[in-house]
Formats: sequence, C-alpha cells, structure tokens
Amino acid sequence: MQVHKYDVVIVGAGGAGMRAAIESGQRAHTAVLTKLYPTRSHTGAAQGGMCAALANVEEDNWEWHTFDTVKGGDYLVDQDAAEVMAKEAIDAVLDLEKMGLPFNRTPEGKIDQRRFGGHTRDHGKAAVRRACYAADRTGHMILQTLYQNCVKHNVEFYNEYYVLDLLTVDEEVTREDGTTYMQKKTAGVVSYDLANGEIHVFQAKSVVFATGGLGKIFKTTSNAHTLTADGMALAYRAGIPLEDMEFVQFHPTGLAGLGILLSEAARGEGAILRNSEGERFMERYAPTIKDLAPRDIVARSMANEVREGRGAGPNKGYVLLDLTHLEPAHIDAKLPDITEFARTYLGVEPYTEPVPVFPTCHYAMGGVPTNVNAEVLQDNDTVVPGLYAAGEVACVSVHGSNRLGTNSLLDINVFGKRAGLAAAEYASTAEFVDIPENPTAFTENQLNAMRASTGGERTSTLRTELQETMDANMQVFRSEETIKEALAVIADLRLRYKNVQIQDKGKRFNLDLLEAVELGFLLDMAEVMTVAALHRKESRGGHYREDFPERDDENFMLHSMMYLDPESSTDGTNGIRADTKPVVFTRYEPMERKY
Amino acid sequence: MSTPTKEAAEPASKIDMKESGGGGEVPSFDVTLQVRRYDPEFSDEARWDEWTVTMYGTDRVLDALHKVKWEIDGSLTFRRSCAHGVCGSDAMRINGRNRLACKVLLKDLDLSKPVLVEPIKGLPVEKDLIVDMEPFFQSYREIMPFMVNNSPAPTGERIQSPEERERFDDTTKCILCAACTSSCPVFWTDGQYFGPAAIVNAHRFIFDSRDDAGDMRLEVLNDKEGVWRCRTTFNCTDACPRGIEVTKAIQEVKRAVLSRSM
Ligand SMILES: Cc1cc2nc3c(=O)[nH]c(=O)nc-3n(C[C@H](O)[C@H](O)[C@H](O)COP(=O)(O)OP(=O)(O)OC[C@H]3O[C@@H](n4cnc5c(N)ncnc54)[C@H](O)[C@@H]3O)c2cc1C
Ligand code: SF4
Ligand code: FES
Repeated sequence: MQVHKYDVVIVGAGGAGMRAAIESGQRAHTAVLTKLYPTRSHTGAAQGGMCAALANVEEDNWEWHTFDTVKGGDYLVDQDAAEVMAKEAIDAVLDLEKMGLPFNRTPEGKIDQRRFGGHTRDHGKAAVRRACYAADRTGHMILQTLYQNCVKHNVEFYNEYYVLDLLTVDEEVTREDGTTYMQKKTAGVVSYDLANGEIHVFQAKSVVFATGGLGKIFKTTSNAHTLTADGMALAYRAGIPLEDMEFVQFHPTGLAGLGILLSEAARGEGAILRNSEGERFMERYAPTIKDLAPRDIVARSMANEVREGRGAGPNKGYVLLDLTHLEPAHIDAKLPDITEFARTYLGVEPYTEPVPVFPTCHYAMGGVPTNVNAEVLQDNDTVVPGLYAAGEVACVSVHGSNRLGTNSLLDINVFGKRAGLAAAEYASTAEFVDIPENPTAFTENQLNAMRASTGGERTSTLRTELQETMDANMQVFRSEETIKEALAVIADLRLRYKNVQIQDKGKRFNLDLLEAVELGFLLDMAEVMTVAALHRKESRGGHYREDFPERDDENFMLHSMMYLDPESSTDGTNGIRADTKPVVFTRYEPMERKY
Repeated sequence: MSTPTKEAAEPASKIDMKESGGGGEVPSFDVTLQVRRYDPEFSDEARWDEWTVTMYGTDRVLDALHKVKWEIDGSLTFRRSCAHGVCGSDAMRINGRNRLACKVLLKDLDLSKPVLVEPIKGLPVEKDLIVDMEPFFQSYREIMPFMVNNSPAPTGERIQSPEERERFDDTTKCILCAACTSSCPVFWTDGQYFGPAAIVNAHRFIFDSRDDAGDMRLEVLNDKEGVWRCRTTFNCTDACPRGIEVTKAIQEVKRAVLSRSM
C-alpha cells in the first residue's frame, strides 16, 4: 500500500474534473485520479452545444435561460441554482474561448449560436439561438481545450487509477439544543492502479467527485462502456444520500438498436421526426415547437408511436429522422460527425434516406446532492466538509426532472469551476483528517474475494440481464408492475453477483476484474433508481408512470433522497431509506408544462 | 430537389416509406479472430490466439473482441470506452492497418480469412492490445498544445472570422488515438521522432489567428527530431479515423518553418 498526500484530490478527468483541476491546480497541491486517460472521457462525445445567453445573434438574457431551465425540468429545479448557472454561463463560455476553444463564428467574428430544444425567448414565446457550438463536436472541443489547459498549468494526473472507496470519518457533534448528530468528514480515497494492480491511499483535505454518469445501467444508451455510476455508488456506500435518482433522460434520437447519439442539433437545423406513415407526428404532441419539444416529451411521443403500431422497420420498432429536405452542404457544415455515424454504423445516407432512431438512455439528472458551491450534503442541509461533487455525478439540482439540451456542458463548466475553487479554498485553511485504520481493507477484501471466487457467474451475463430488465421496465414508460418486475430481477442479480468469477488472475491491466467491480456499482445504482421510481407516484419530466400519468405537485413537488440504511425496509426493499427534500423556489410558480 | 419544403408541402421529402421499412432478419455470420497476445506477468513470449464467434449485421471488430472477452476468455485485454470513434481508446492494427476497433464493421472485412488483430506498433506493449501511451503524450506535451495569447484579454470573446476559424478546422478534430503516429515507419525505427499526431496538434495552434506562440512551436519542430523526419509516406493520413489530412498538415508546418526561419 502506498500513501500519497494532496491538498485536493479530484476524481475524474472529464469536463467537470478538468475544469475543477484548472482552478484548484493553480491554488493548491492537486492530483487528478482518473480511470481513463483524460481525453478518453465521455465529455468528448457531446455534440450539440453549450448554452449561454450571450445574445450574439439575437436578443436574449440569463433570466429567460433560468426560466427555460426551470420549466424544462418540470419545476423540480432548485431555482437559486438554476439562476447561478444561467448567470455564470456567459463567463463560462468566454473562459473557454479565452482558453482557446474554437467555437464556430458569426460573420462578425463573434461566437455563433444556434437553437436547441426547450430554449426560448421571453418565457416560451419562440425558439431562441442560445447554444454556442463547434460544429457537432462541442464536447470534443471542450474536453481537448480543458486538457490543453491542464497541460499548460502542469496539472498532475494519475491516469488509469480507479477510485474504489471514499474514506470518511464520523464525528459526533452536539447541536445548540443539546441533541447530537454524526458529522461526516473527508479523509481521502482508495485507488487501484490498473497498470499493476497496486492499491494507493490518497489522503486529501478536499476530494472532488467528477465521475460522470450511469448510462450502462441500461442496454440502449448513448453513454460509454465506462459510465458505470462509480462516483454515485461510492458516495452512497459511504453514507451519502442520492437525490432524484429516478430521473433519467432518454434522448429521442439514438441510432436504432445501437443507442449511439444523433444530436438534437439535427432537429435544431431542421430535421423532422416521422412515423411509418411519413407523418410528422410531433405536430400532434407539441403543436407549437414540435420536433424541438423537451426530450422527455419527444422520447415518449416516439415510444408511443411505436406502441401504437406506427413504428418503422422490420419490427416496427423505431421512428425515422428525416434530413433529406436539408441541403447536403448545410448538413456537411453543421452536422458532419453525426451524419457520418449514420453512414458508418447503419449504412444509411442521410442526404437521401431517413435515419432509424429510438430513445436512448442519455443522462442522469440525479446524483450526489450538493449546494451551489458544489459542497456535498449528507442530508437535506448538512455539508460534508471537504467533499465536493460536480458534473453528471452531482445533483445541484439544476436539471430537475428533465435536463435541457446544452445545459450539461454548461453545468460541468460552471460547477466544475466552483468545485475547484471551493476545494482549494477549503484546503488552504483546513487540517488533514486522519486516515481511518485499515483504509484499504474493504477494497482488498472485495478484490481478493473476486479473484478467488469459483462461483461460476459471469459479469457479462449478469450485466446483460440487468440492462435488459431496465430497458424493458424502467425506460420511458413505467408502472408499479414494471418497476416491481425490475426490482425482483435486480434482487436476484445481487445474489448472483456474490458468485461472480473472473478469469484473468493477473495483476497487470486486469480489466476483467474491474468490469466485475463496475457491475457492483451498476447493480447498487439500478436498485436505488428503481426504488426511487417506485416511490414517486406521479409523472414528471423524465419519470413517467402510466399508473399515475399526471404531475402531482401537492404530494411530489419534492426531491427524493435515498439513503443506504441496513435497518430500513420500504416497500419490500431492504436497506434503502426513502426521504424527501424541499425544492427551492425563487421567482417562478409551477405551471403546466406545455409546448 | 432539396429545396426546403413548407409544412404542408412536405410529402415524405425524399423518403420512400416502403423501402425505409426494411425487412427480414438481421444477418448473422461467423468471424475468426486471430489476436496477438502478450502478458509479461506470465510469459516473455507473445503468442497468437484464435477464436471463431457468431456476429450480426452491423457489429464491429470491437463487438467481436467483447464477445470473446465476455463469453470465452476474460483475460483478453484492450482499451475502449465510447464505442463510436470519438474517444481514441481502441486504436489497433486490424489486418495490418491501424484502425479504431469500434469503427471497423465486420461485414466490410474479408471474412473468408481470419481477422488479424495486433497492438499498434512503435509503443511498448503492456499487455495484449494495450500499449504504453506515455511516450506518445510526451511528444504531444512538447509542442505546447495550448493557446498562448499575450495581449490583454477583452471583456467579451476574442474576435475571429469564420475564415480564420476554418483555417485550422481539420486539425482540431484530433482525438489523440495514436493511429497515425504508430503507423509511421520513421516513428517505428526512430523512437525520437515527434510523430504526426504531435505535429497535427502543433498545426492546430500555429494556424489559429488567436495564438502568439507559433514561432516557439516552429522552433521546437525544426529540431532534428521534428518535422524534417517526415518522409511523406501518407500512412498517417490513411490511418486517421477522423479523416484529418495529416500529411497535408505536416507539409503546411514544414512550409511555415521555412517561411518563418528564413
Ligand atoms: C453522446 C452524448 C452527447 C451529449 N451532448 C451534449 C450536448 O450537446 N450538450 C450538453 O450540454 N451535454 C451533452 N451531453 C451530456 C454531457 O456531455 C455530459 O453530461 C457531461 O459531459 C459529463 O461530464 P462529466 O465531467 O461529469 O463526466 P465525464 O466526461 O463522463 O467524465 C467522467 C470522468 O470520471 C472518471 N471516472 C469515472 N469513474 C471513476 C473511478 N471510479 N475512478 C476514477 N475515475 C473515474 C473517468 O475516467 C472520466 O474521466 C452529451 C452526452 C452524451 C453521452
Ligand atoms: S491525427 Fe488522427 S490518427 Fe493521429 S492521433 Fe489524431 S485522430 Fe488519431
Ligand atoms: S472506443 Fe472510443 S474510439 Fe473506439
């Protein structure tokens, strides 16, 4: 066991982690631990854009952006946080431009902007051009630019280091009224070096989680193989609650059968969704903004067309994205990458043929609860000193029950920066917390048990079963029946997971072992997500219950908070305690979400 | 034909509804993979392993590797993440050419013969298809891959015309996969050469109107291990999964070295 000591340890080197590192690295002794080489992070896959009310091409302001974010999230957004994000969006984009990001330009040489779903002028009057972009490679450019600036500032990376445990200590604190509670404090993390299988302990005053999303819980997903909910699972196992985990965004336009994303930018540039009859069906579901309605509405509309027998393809299993009325030159200029995906992976020529598409698991709105300073909360309002989270792993909550397109690249920049600044600031005065005894015991026991297991279960078999049940039961349509079906399968898989056997017995680059560990994260988080979905007996944003098709503000205008709690038993699920947290309102009263 | 149509006049644009229905089953076929294996923990010798697996329709080489890893031999080791050609993890030699495994469709290969899969060349092999990327990133870091601008920052953005932006568009697409560098015969024989990827990334800044460090980068590249090693074999351009005209970028950098240093 090797021990390292840093003021700040950042876990994850996607957009959020590197944006944090650029701030923290210049102020405090900082290390970035990442299971992937930084430039392999999935931020690089983001296509369409990053929004900010720059008003470069038409009138716009941050207040309209805040409103759209709140409405898009079906009012489950904490409005103070949305306001912070929309205000700081402008500097976030300008910061990136100054770091060198090659945005597309207007004829005057300013940053160009385009339309994106749910972004409107003056509280819903018409679509507004708010998304700053670099062709359909915006995420790639953000990831590269942030990495370049990390190189510039000599940020210290530990590449292919998997963080497998968060070390915290509990301290009893007495309140003014004499009652006591357990206060968590951050001590560091335990990490596994992929190259040689060695375990390292990183002691740190501040730890920033920036580990991204959880797409691999589902079979059809736009997410990378490596997006396995690690950070959420590690926080949860350390006793941190998870907020709004039932809310997953299914992006309307995944390549059918593959899940690879075709950006909403395609519809922003004029592409149209059609059913097997050639009908532009979104006219029926969202008469005003049609194909550019928020993602949850479009995804459900598509799934409904398929359910009602108007799907295209051999099994009537998908709908069609039609770009054929657009000029090929326009497609090439604005959507080069995504049209290439259609060609490469489905053999479809978007100039002349419609592209088969179906909703794909895309984004986790929920995650590790934080306040606007990216400080992690151990309950509804108690901060865990020294622990921060930013990016998709976190829930601030700026996305509520449904994230607007281009708001995540924004989120990772705004809250990544805030996390980096706050973590460095805290470390400048705080003391190190002593590492608990036997800090690596949990990790070593887990890995040794897996290496020694002869149980005969395969990681891939269990993972596939999990993903299939989640696609079948927890996708855009849910009901008590489907949710309980998913829970039963997950419970069975968790038992079988104890018998997972790996074949690679080596120390070097043992990805067989790590895939088994990642499956454990997926199972834990699938269970939390499913239990949260069971408790939310209403439909809101990305969570749609067929047995409760209406939004129910009276009972459910609340964030859900799921705690790991061995003592607790709710609705037949042992070990998870369900609680709620109020939503923060500032300016906007909930209204019906109509487009 | 492709004039934008009005709402009412949108008669199925160019789509033939019957045809887009497709039909029939997804075809399956057998693929034999031969993979170069190496794990110094257990043996100093590399070996070839062979498996035959049944694959479907639009499966790629990466899917076949996964099938082997997940269903037959869990010790088969390779890097991958995004699975659609944007993260740069899985550059490997497939039938002798550098490709991303997630971008090569099996049906585009000659499946009457085994598909040969080896690690990329010129970087130390760590295990199976995984190589040590450190030397590659070292060269990248040496060309100062970040924007340097010495003038005071404006409150808004720095102005750049669409034409100026277009000038370096091609080289912004690089995903640092190393397919180009590890296809270069000069790089194989001479570990010191910066390699095409580093030059591509230098190009991205040298031709960016906002950057002030072009001369410093050109000086670095004018070094004996720099651009002049390139013998214009075009392997790199052929290998690049992002379609970057790598050789052209290197030529442009060579020309810039000449015009600035003379
Ligand atoms: C295809 C696609 C297109 C998208 N397009 C857009 C768009 O146009 N606009 C928009 O706003 N949003 C978009 N999004 C969403 C957005 O890209 C992501 O939400 C965002 O990039 C997430 O960034 P992140 O930094 O939180 O995580 P990531 O970029 O996923 O990075 C996660 C990091 O954590 C590390 N990590 C994970 N687990 C561990 C561990 N156990 N130990 C150590 N390190 C670990 C990984 O190595 C990686 O570096 C898109 C998403 C997808 C999938
Ligand atoms: S230039 Fe092309 S081949 Fe070379 S590293 Fe970049 S993306 Fe890969
Ligand atoms: S897995 Fe990302 S490029 Fe192939």
